[in-house]
Order: sequence, then structure tokens, then C-alpha cells
Amino acid sequence: MNIRLTKYYYGDIPEEKGGGSAAKSESTANWPLWEVFIRSKQGLDHKHVGSLHATDAKMAIENARDVYTRRMEGISIWVVESKYIHASNPDDAEAFYEPANDKVYRHPTFYDLPDEVKHM
Amino acid sequence: MSSQALINYSLYLADNTLILAQRNAEWCGHGPILEQDIALTNISLDLLGQSRSFYQYAATLINEANPSATPVSEDSLAFRRDVYDFKNILITELPNGDWGNTILRQFFFSAYQFLLYQQMKQSSDATLAAIAEKSLKEVTYHLRWSSEWVIRLGDGTEESHDRMTSAVENLWSFTGEVFEAAPFEKDAVEAGFGIDPASLKSAWLEKVTEIFTEATLAVPPSGWMQTGGKTGKHSEYLGFILAEMQFLQRAYPDASW
Repeated sequence: MNIRLTKYYYGDIPEEKGGGSAAKSESTANWPLWEVFIRSKQGLDHKHVGSLHATDAKMAIENARDVYTRRMEGISIWVVESKYIHASNPDDAEAFYEPANDKVYRHPTFYDLPDEVKHM
Repeated sequence: MSSQALINYSLYLADNTLILAQRNAEWCGHGPILEQDIALTNISLDLLGQSRSFYQYAATLINEANPSATPVSEDSLAFRRDVYDFKNILITELPNGDWGNTILRQFFFSAYQFLLYQQMKQSSDATLAAIAEKSLKEVTYHLRWSSEWVIRLGDGTEESHDRMTSAVENLWSFTGEVFEAAPFEKDAVEAGFGIDPASLKSAWLEKVTEIFTEATLAVPPSGWMQTGGKTGKHSEYLGFILAEMQFLQRAYPDASW
């Protein structure tokens, strides 16, 4: 069962949660939310760094450049509209993760690594 | 003579970028959305960085030319000169207006700066060439960012198109000044380190036409153009900008923290 992430951001935090006026929230609510992934250097993975609003993918990448790479954080940016991210439900945690608790044999700890093998 | 030309030319480049940086910075905390607020204030800081480089260079040259006078610094050049000393073009000091007006001005200015710095990279003056080379990377992004906004708003909704059309009407008569060489620019061209601004005009107009076409905006006929900023004849707005910007240094000279 997927759940929808609800995120609040600059300008669209509802008034009852201490945000701005309703008029403001209407204007930015139309801008979809995007998740931003930055690769800090060649060879590493893209890492999730946060989210932002933008009208389309092009603007999302430019916004990500301005918001998340101002201090030389990255060399590559991915963006994906937040609505396409599906998350597991925290209520499923017991069924999802706990069965792995007592299955130590799934960890590769029962043999010795030769010293010659590097980067493990 | 050549030294004076270089000083004036550096001050001109510094004043343009300082005043536009100050104007754009007025958006800080007021942008239509956080991401664009940051984008515009980033641009403002880039411009401020460029103006610092030019002021530092001008200060060095001034101090070398007048070794017996009280030395000047980048700060005294920015904060202790008056309206008629500033050489910035008028378009940089105009009020921001709405978002469309602000980004259209940035587009006009960035398109000019992009061409200017491309030429200045090859300047016979090594410092100017180095500042141009460093700044060109920033300006390339400013031009891309502001072009996208002109297209987005011009070719957007009926309201955004109308607002862009009035922004064009509002700003167009201020776009000619930059291409009319002031006496110090003529000196700079003669001395071999300056760029003749008139030589940039056709490429600038080409870029504007390209973006306006995509933005479904009409390029106005060239028409009568405002001038005066380069020779210190400013609009009433510059005094207010300086009053705000220079207040602290005027009230508490040499204040620091």
C-alpha cells in the first residue's frame, strides 16, 4: 500500500500550521514539487538532497542549481517530480523489516576475506 | 592620460554592476517563490563580486596615480562617491517594478555583458581580461536564466504576456545608452584596452530578437533613447539608492564589525 508524501514548502504551508496567507498558497500550490538528487563527484551515486518547486523539469534543474549547488556541492543534478516517488508505509514496518532481524546468515560474515581482496 | 582612461573605464564597469546588484538585492526575501528568490539574489551577489573586482582595480590605479593623496579603497569608491560621480547606465538604477520588469532588465543587461566580456577577455589590459574571463561564466548563466524567464512569461498566460509587453515599453528607451560610447570609452578604445560599445549592438539586437520571437514579444523600433548616466546625469532614483546603500558609511565613517 503506497502512501502519498505531504510536504510543505516556502509559501504553501497552510495558515493553521503557521504559514502565509491563503492567497500566497494558491499561487505556489500550482507549481509541482520536485525531488532533487545531486552527485558530488564523478563515480559516486546521486544522493537525495531535498526538494523544491518548479513549473517544469528545465526550471527544476535550474532551481536545483541555484538552491543546492551554490557551494560547489555537485557536478550532476537529477530531478524527479515528487508525485512519481512512492514510499513504503511506516505502519508496515513490522511486517517489512523485522523478519530480517534474526537471519544473520544473510550477512556475508561467515568466511574470511583474503588480504589481497581490496575495496570490500 | 591612459591611466585616467583606465580608471574611468573600470569605475564605469564597477558602477554598472554595483547599482544593478543593489537593485536586484531589493528582491531578497520578496521573490515570487523561494527558488527564484535565491536565483535572483545569487545573480545579485555575482554582480556585486564583479563590481568589487573592478573597484579594487580602480582603487589600485588611483592610488598609484596620486601617491601623495589620501588612499582610496573599493569601499570608499562604492560608499563615498556622490550621484554625479557614478557612471552607471540609467537602466540599472530604474525601480524594479514587477518580476517581469526585473527579469527583462536582467536579460537586456546580461545579453550586453555577455558580449562585452567575450570581447574583454582579449583586452590588452591583463586585469580587465582576467575579470572578464572569470565573470563570463557567471554571466552565461544569468543570460540563460533571464532568457528562460522572458520566454516563459512572454509566451505564458494573457496576463504575463501583457505584463511583459508593458515591461518592454517601460525599459526599451533605456536600452540604447549602453551602446553610445562616452568620452572615457572612446579614450579606452583609443588606448587599446577598451571595447567600442557600438560594435556590440547588432549582436545584442540579434539575441534580443531571437528570444523575443520565442517569447511572442514584439521588438520595438529603435526610436529615441535616454542617455546621461555614463556622464553622471542620473535619474532621481539613484540618489535614493545611494542614500540607502551609503547610509552607514556616511553616518559612521569607517565603521566596521
